[in-house]
Amino acid sequence: MSKISDKTAEAGSKKFAGSTSRKYNYYDPKGRKGTLYEDVTVDVQPDPKRYLSQGWIVSFPDGTPAYSDKWTKIKSSDWHKYRDPNGEWERNHYIRQSSIEKQVSLTIKSAKDENQFIKLDKTWSKILQDHLGASKHPEYGIGMIFQSAQRDGMSQMINNSLLINAADKLRYAQDLSIYIGEVASMIELDEASGKENWMSNPMWQGVREVVETFSATTDWAEQTFAINLVYEPLVGELFRSGFLMQYASSHGDYVTPTVVSTAEADYERNLDYSTEMFGVFFTDPEVGEENIQVAQEWLEKYVPLCVKAANLLQPIWSQPRVKVTTYAEAYQRANERFNSILKHLNISLPKGVNL
Amino acid sequence: MVKLSKINSQPNMSNTEAHKRVKDLAWLPSYAKESLKYPTDYKFSKAPKDTMKQVLRSYFAMEEEKDNRVYGAMDAALRGNMFRDAEPRWVEWMKLFLAIIPFPEISAARSMALLSNVVPNDELKNGYTMQMIDEFRHSTIQMNLKKWYMENYIDPSGFDISQKAFGKCYATTIGRQFGEGFITGDAITAANIYLQIIAETAFTNTLFVAMPSEAAANGDYVLPSVFLSVQSDESRHINNGYGTLMMVLGDPDNHELLERDIRYAFWQNHAIVDAAIGTIIEYGTKDRDKAKESYAELWRKWVYEDYYRSYLVPLEKYGIKIHHDDVEAAWDRITKSNYVHKVAQFFSAGWPVNFWRIDAMDERDYEWFEKKYPGWHAEFGAWWDHYRELSKPGSTPIVFADTGYQYPHRCWSCLVPCVIREDICVDHVDGELYTYCSEQCRWTHKVAFADNYNGRPTPAMGRFSGKRQWEELYHGWDLADVVKDLGFVRDDGKTLVAQPHLHFDDSKMWTLDHVKGYEMRSPLIDLRAMNEKDRDKSLADYRAGFTIKPV
Repeated sequence: MSKISDKTAEAGSKKFAGSTSRKYNYYDPKGRKGTLYEDVTVDVQPDPKRYLSQGWIVSFPDGTPAYSDKWTKIKSSDWHKYRDPNGEWERNHYIRQSSIEKQVSLTIKSAKDENQFIKLDKTWSKILQDHLGASKHPEYGIGMIFQSAQRDGMSQMINNSLLINAADKLRYAQDLSIYIGEVASMIELDEASGKENWMSNPMWQGVREVVETFSATTDWAEQTFAINLVYEPLVGELFRSGFLMQYASSHGDYVTPTVVSTAEADYERNLDYSTEMFGVFFTDPEVGEENIQVAQEWLEKYVPLCVKAANLLQPIWSQPRVKVTTYAEAYQRANERFNSILKHLNISLPKGVNL
Repeated sequence: MVKLSKINSQPNMSNTEAHKRVKDLAWLPSYAKESLKYPTDYKFSKAPKDTMKQVLRSYFAMEEEKDNRVYGAMDAALRGNMFRDAEPRWVEWMKLFLAIIPFPEISAARSMALLSNVVPNDELKNGYTMQMIDEFRHSTIQMNLKKWYMENYIDPSGFDISQKAFGKCYATTIGRQFGEGFITGDAITAANIYLQIIAETAFTNTLFVAMPSEAAANGDYVLPSVFLSVQSDESRHINNGYGTLMMVLGDPDNHELLERDIRYAFWQNHAIVDAAIGTIIEYGTKDRDKAKESYAELWRKWVYEDYYRSYLVPLEKYGIKIHHDDVEAAWDRITKSNYVHKVAQFFSAGWPVNFWRIDAMDERDYEWFEKKYPGWHAEFGAWWDHYRELSKPGSTPIVFADTGYQYPHRCWSCLVPCVIREDICVDHVDGELYTYCSEQCRWTHKVAFADNYNGRPTPAMGRFSGKRQWEELYHGWDLADVVKDLGFVRDDGKTLVAQPHLHFDDSKMWTLDHVKGYEMRSPLIDLRAMNEKDRDKSLADYRAGFTIKPV
């Protein structure tokens, strides 16, 4: 053992006032003690209601401060209460995303090595070309909406969740582009067809309308609510889980489910944070009821759009050669999923809004 | 012999091929128009190329690998007992630096929303996505580094209150001015010119290259691992910045705004980054190797030669007016007017309201400073003699002691005190009197941050707001009450977090009782209360400067 000299700057080498204060002590942890996620996240975005004694010191031209609670209809007695249940920060984010990408790449590579795509049912490869191809665009559009929304929330925890959501969506959209390109390198497949279907096939126009409507609002909470709690269960999952995952294997395709399952895993996480966030907003002791009213308005606005979008997709279910399930069954499951989310949040559909 | 596995092998698509495809994900909407949340007064012309050709598939794997190295280095440093040899003088300054830097980092992530909102180029938006995730990385990796210091360094006090201190301290204000500039006002001004073109392209070298080098010289080899890894992401951001700049350069209608913004951003970066990083590098080190470059020498190399001459000056061929005189003025402030040394003097004067310790300079330091900055000793030697003498608890806090020092006015624009006293200027904006450290900062507030520029309406430009001058919060307060209000008190309820020395010994540490009975004042409030004649005299006296008495 080497002797520790007087000069050491090691923890515990001397005792004096403050020498054992080894935890960030300016926030209340959600659990018994602060997690690593909380330590690297909480209060990095300051707030005049907490420690920002000089207030925000550079503003927008109309006097709106750097972060404004007027950017959403949701109110909160404590914007800093919400914590991401996934506890995601840079390191576990990169590990997760990187392992997803490795798995996708490996699956595609092994399918190419085995010349698997040549064995695809012809009706199915056309579906990949037209409809999987079309579906990459709403995924991208939603990713960009979150890339914009992550600017505006009132706490670091909220904004980081939205940022991660953006990264998930954009990764999946890019992966679909690359995947379709990979398939096209092995069999005849028109890579441009996906975008053409997205832009002009009537089946996709309901989805396009709702996604474009999301980007027309400036309210980050409205976008998060509408996308993750309404659109995803009724439209996004409906197409991914209710169609692609169900039909692929019967048409000789084991790769698409691997790619698509990454988006489903993302959504489970993004649903978790969204229900946690809105659970906090809806049970706020001061403004919870008002927030529920706001959510009712959003349900009135977005549920009909999403129902329309889902119903317009219906003909796709009849295109594959092997009929594994029906649109009605898939839509029923989507309805159940959506209702379970409402129930979890203790809110209900406004009168006159039907699925 | 060929491997069996290679016989059927089909390589996956290259990044270049992948990149070609991800560019085509966006579309022109027809059912509803995307809301314009963050306007700009700029117009966009030609579409440049994103030369990085990165996709998320390759990006995530690369960043994971970088992280593995950083966190591996942190573990290795503990196994190697790094803190036995690390210099407390250095680590103490990390309490300030690491309190500030995560906010500008995450603000940069948020600012990518501004660019995504206005820049009509999908290839660049792909670059903004990666920059957004990079900046998220930087904020949490830096918070983690700080936590690591807090857990392993002899004196965790100051690290433990970090984000609270960031919101309340007179010194972190300049870091807030820096970061808030990325996320407010005109989208291109804020996120492209101020952040990418000036802060990231010019000044990150001093932040993330010079600091690691100094850290290593002080026995801290973890900060270099973290910050060089951060810096390795910056090339992507510089590329984003350049691509975006090329989109606005092409339209001559933007040239006037570019002149305004490059001028504002360069001067603010100089005033803020050089004040903070210059002080940390020159005064936070024990390494007085005469062969080592001074901050001024580093500035000459990175900001003047590499950036100004190789990057900024060539922009003139596009018809942009570059303010060469500002670059020369910044250089003169660092070399002839001793800007960094005067800021360090101010930080040490205000030590009781810090949340870190400032070690006194000694003869070895004096000798180095004199060699690198001839004339340093005549101007600052006596000050540091006083500082050392007055570091014992029970002494008069140096800022109230009879040393000849006078507490400075603060600049309304960059928020750094007006330490080059002969350069102070004042002006009225909307009928109110303000003080500025320099003509450039006066121009910034009065001209650049206004609703028009040279008569041309600039409805998107930001505004200065809030209680910008920290001293106003505590005008007329007792110093002990200020420290209590700040929360810069250790967990025994009486010992100050800040200390003017590195003694880890209760008997040598200052408590609230030692700082009772001294009144804090805001120079600006006092100046505004004067009649015109007294004010003119006060400013003339201010410009004349002061002389530190010998000990």
